[in-house]
Amino acid sequence: MNRNRILMLLAFFAATSANAAPAEFLKDFETQARAESAAFKGFSAERGSQFFHAKHGAEWSCASCHTDNPASVGKHAKTDKEIKPMAPSVNPERFTDAAKVEKWFKRNCGDVLNRACTALEKGDFLTYVLSVRK
Amino acid sequence: MKVNNMKTKFVLLAAIAAALTASPVFAATESAATKWANECGGCHVAYPAKFLPAATWTKIMSGLDKHFGSDASLDAQTSKAISGYLATNAGSGKHGESPASLRISDTRWFQREHSEEMDPSIFKSPLVKSVANCGACHLGVAKGDYSERNIRIPGQGNRRNDD
Repeated sequence: MNRNRILMLLAFFAATSANAAPAEFLKDFETQARAESAAFKGFSAERGSQFFHAKHGAEWSCASCHTDNPASVGKHAKTDKEIKPMAPSVNPERFTDAAKVEKWFKRNCGDVLNRACTALEKGDFLTYVLSVRK
Repeated sequence: MKVNNMKTKFVLLAAIAAALTASPVFAATESAATKWANECGGCHVAYPAKFLPAATWTKIMSGLDKHFGSDASLDAQTSKAISGYLATNAGSGKHGESPASLRISDTRWFQREHSEEMDPSIFKSPLVKSVANCGACHLGVAKGDYSERNIRIPGQGNRRNDD
């Protein structure tokens, strides 16, 4: 029996269970953003920052729960429940699970904008939180 | 591949098992209780199923897209699993009361227990902020422990140990 076969098996399963990286989400959002608008010219951390800190017609902004700094621990505006930092630089679990990313964009865009976010908004948001260091 | 060494066989099986558990294919086997804890505990304390009767949980689960003012929608599979968990563990007797508002804090038992021997104005204190913030006073919420011995009202020291 050789160790190589075990390693091969492990590698195979590791590959099938690999988590997504934030860059993969950016790529998906980019594809969608191009489809949404022919005028798409790339994402912007600055636009993402404005989006993050502004209110969009509803009671809350992103910052209402995630604080003004995405690298900080947040707090649910209503229940006070602690929210782990958004910025992957301090919380590497962020933007690694497609189901979670989809779930939270759906919910939080509904709460903050009363509608679904566009791919441009999601891409700008992610570009911004990725740019935030400790 | 011929495996004739017991130890190697064991290592191989353990390796496969470890890899499988990490695989998303098997993430679906996550128990309903774990799903309940993770999903219902995402924005607030995962309120114990026994605090409301099954009929109330059914109403709550069918309106998650407008959950007390927030979108708390779940995918169909998760929603089904959690609904099953809530139905199995739902309250009865004293905890069988179904408040029209669907809020645990609007049941008679909750109001009684939060007005006797305490001042309900504590809910408005900045240290508590909301009646939804059970953990501000109930120190054991993470383990579902709401017993009197594990209450500490912020700014007021310990409650008497009579439980």
